[in-house]
Amino acid sequence: MQRIGVFVCWCGSNIAATVDVQAVADALAKEPGVVFATNYQYMCSQTGQDMIQEKIKELGLTGVVICSCSPRMHEATFRRTCEKAGLNPYMVEIANIREQVSWVHKDKAVGTEKAIILGRAAIAKVQLNTPLIAGESPVTKRALVIGGGIAGIQTALDIADAGFPVDIVETKPTIGGKMAQLDKTFPTLDCAACILTPKMVDAGQNDNIRILSYSEVEEVKGFVGNFEVKIRRKARYVKEDLCTGCGLCMEKCPQKKVPNEFNMGLDNRTAIYIPFAQAVPKVATIDANYCLMLKNGKCGLCSRNCTAGAIDYKQQDEFIEEKYGAIVVATGFNPISLDKFDEFAYSKSPDVVSSLEFERLMNAAGPTGGTLLRPSDRTHPHTIVFVQCVGSRCDASAEKGKEYCSKICCMYTAKHAMLTREKYPDTEVYVFYIDVRTPGKSFDEFYRRAVEQYNVHYIKGMVGKVVPEGGKLKVQASDLLDNRQIHIDADMVVLAAAIEPDKSARPLATKLTASMDTNDFFTEAHPKLRPVESPTAGVFLSGTCQGPKDIPETVAQAGAAASKVIGLLVKDKLIGNPCVAKPNELMCNGCSSCEKVCPYGAITYEDKPFRGPNRTTLIRRVACVNPAVCQGCGACTVACPSGAMDLQGFSNRQIMAEVDAICK
Amino acid sequence: MQVKENFTPTIVAFCCNWCSYAGADLSGNNRLEYPANVKIIRIPCSCRLNPMFILRAFQRGADGVILCGCHPGDCHYTTGNYYARRRMTLLFSMLDYLGIEKERTRVEWVSAAEGAKFAQTMNEFVEAVTALGENKRLEDLRCKQ
Repeated sequence: MQRIGVFVCWCGSNIAATVDVQAVADALAKEPGVVFATNYQYMCSQTGQDMIQEKIKELGLTGVVICSCSPRMHEATFRRTCEKAGLNPYMVEIANIREQVSWVHKDKAVGTEKAIILGRAAIAKVQLNTPLIAGESPVTKRALVIGGGIAGIQTALDIADAGFPVDIVETKPTIGGKMAQLDKTFPTLDCAACILTPKMVDAGQNDNIRILSYSEVEEVKGFVGNFEVKIRRKARYVKEDLCTGCGLCMEKCPQKKVPNEFNMGLDNRTAIYIPFAQAVPKVATIDANYCLMLKNGKCGLCSRNCTAGAIDYKQQDEFIEEKYGAIVVATGFNPISLDKFDEFAYSKSPDVVSSLEFERLMNAAGPTGGTLLRPSDRTHPHTIVFVQCVGSRCDASAEKGKEYCSKICCMYTAKHAMLTREKYPDTEVYVFYIDVRTPGKSFDEFYRRAVEQYNVHYIKGMVGKVVPEGGKLKVQASDLLDNRQIHIDADMVVLAAAIEPDKSARPLATKLTASMDTNDFFTEAHPKLRPVESPTAGVFLSGTCQGPKDIPETVAQAGAAASKVIGLLVKDKLIGNPCVAKPNELMCNGCSSCEKVCPYGAITYEDKPFRGPNRTTLIRRVACVNPAVCQGCGACTVACPSGAMDLQGFSNRQIMAEVDAICK
Repeated sequence: MQVKENFTPTIVAFCCNWCSYAGADLSGNNRLEYPANVKIIRIPCSCRLNPMFILRAFQRGADGVILCGCHPGDCHYTTGNYYARRRMTLLFSMLDYLGIEKERTRVEWVSAAEGAKFAQTMNEFVEAVTALGENKRLEDLRCKQ
């Protein structure tokens, strides 16, 4: 039997005005196990807390019930108070007689009666409380960043600057991501390469950063502070430590007809390639789908010409296993496939391009050397039509496109229109829009400059159809403000395609047990207050994997994610919440019901020896809960068919004792 | 079932710690009244509610049981309230079969900002249960003193 002390708080007149505190204390003093009951004006004051501590020591209390304000208010305070007096903090229960009694009921008799019942329920619960000790787990002081775009690079740099080692895993042969493909960046029009490539070099040269390019995360085990990750280093058939990136192999490679993904397939590259001149690491990679040597065993030109002897046709995928304390997801985005948008003739005419393709056509390092030429006949276009919201803000019932706004398209379309007009003032530029959304620093000024200074024709309305005809693109559209149909003979049409999370995000989320929304964007732990943390402890989010973002927002979020990672890695030990699930191994039959409902992957199974009949030993599969991962929701406790799983601090018996006390 | 004069039903309200318990606190902060026969039990998440607890409540003489949790999609533990919703759908239809009217059981989503909704829900629920009268089904008479 516990020795319970009951402390009824007046909260000035907040409680005492509608609850007879003396009567409550007197009634609760008669409950079984209660050795002391009192009331006091302000239990949370220093004097009140001192009294509680005194009584714990004087009477040897093993449990404390405090009838006061909501546990959301002062549970932590009273737990600390009791801990200082040598009582386990989880032997304290609060009966909420302010928010849920005195403030919602006016009749004193009614309030007093309810307060007594709530006090009884708390006493009944405390009778069954057991001292709980928060578990500790060590922290591996190394971080993993998945994705090497601007988000991943910035996160890695910030973590590395704080002195922690970071690995960047990038599936492409180089880091840089989408930003490396961009020409200029809005709203300042500084060139993307000029601001990104120094950061790439910084990352490449930072002693704390290891770049694992051409690699993928294969398997993730463990939990916050103690992740064990298996990484596949894909065979690039070039020894990374020997290759100097001289590019001689690319000159010699006879297979020159490989679509160049960095230039959005607008030109070709060789089978052995470095994606772009400023790649980090600057190491060649052989594309096994096209290499003549790997396909037919005949060629070997690159190997013969490589002075460093870096080519290795027999290279195999390698696996490395590493421990990390924290994982940052920075898998980024891709423009959606435009194949379903037949009305814009994207697959029929090479002169209908996506915005990212247009970006490469304008880029000095792109397939045309920065001269804007039509892909079909390499002539200069005189009329260009930009179409916004292609696949963004679509009807949920439509089978193509996304419901959300892709956020960046209004601004980059304004940029494209402006750059075109600046470089080629003889070009007519039309932009069709639903709304122009420019809520950002200097964004609206930028858009107005496109309209007012550069005379870009902004037309509110959507393009209905694009028909390639006689070397031209016949554009049919509506002008909603003028309420008329428009026909334009365009030379090029540029589609601002919606952006979607990278395809690798979904399988990665499964590996990390991180949750996603219906659009495959990673969900944050709280949409407003914890925007860079995933609900899975130790997994953080950076950049567009969480939602559409422009570069400044991505960099800001990358820094925020890094600061959260640093905050985790500086700790030597993580102290957990002891109110976690705990299986009774004697009752568990290893059925896996609990594992299936656990949102955190906290439950695993182990074969354990148990005493069988006649001094035999039985090996049985039983559930094990990792207290560092379990968040204590209790989903498993209800799913367990044998009732073996229980939640500490909110056990079945405790809650039923409360039910009994209330229904008595 | 006859309705007694001045019958006040016993109502057990299970509230999840993150949304509904805070919503109940908020109706206190805003001094929004609801009947005193509603007694709240705090649970970490609506998915912690074992059907056993509801059966126990009816066995011990509760006249109505209500579960409040975070709105779908807002669960602190991401998916807990979805589990709760499914489990309660099954349990309530079974209880209905056993003669415990559907009006005696209820699931309601109350966010931490919905103090008014909490008070209103409790007022409506108590009214509905009062109209049904005392619950005799499942009640374990041995528990009566």
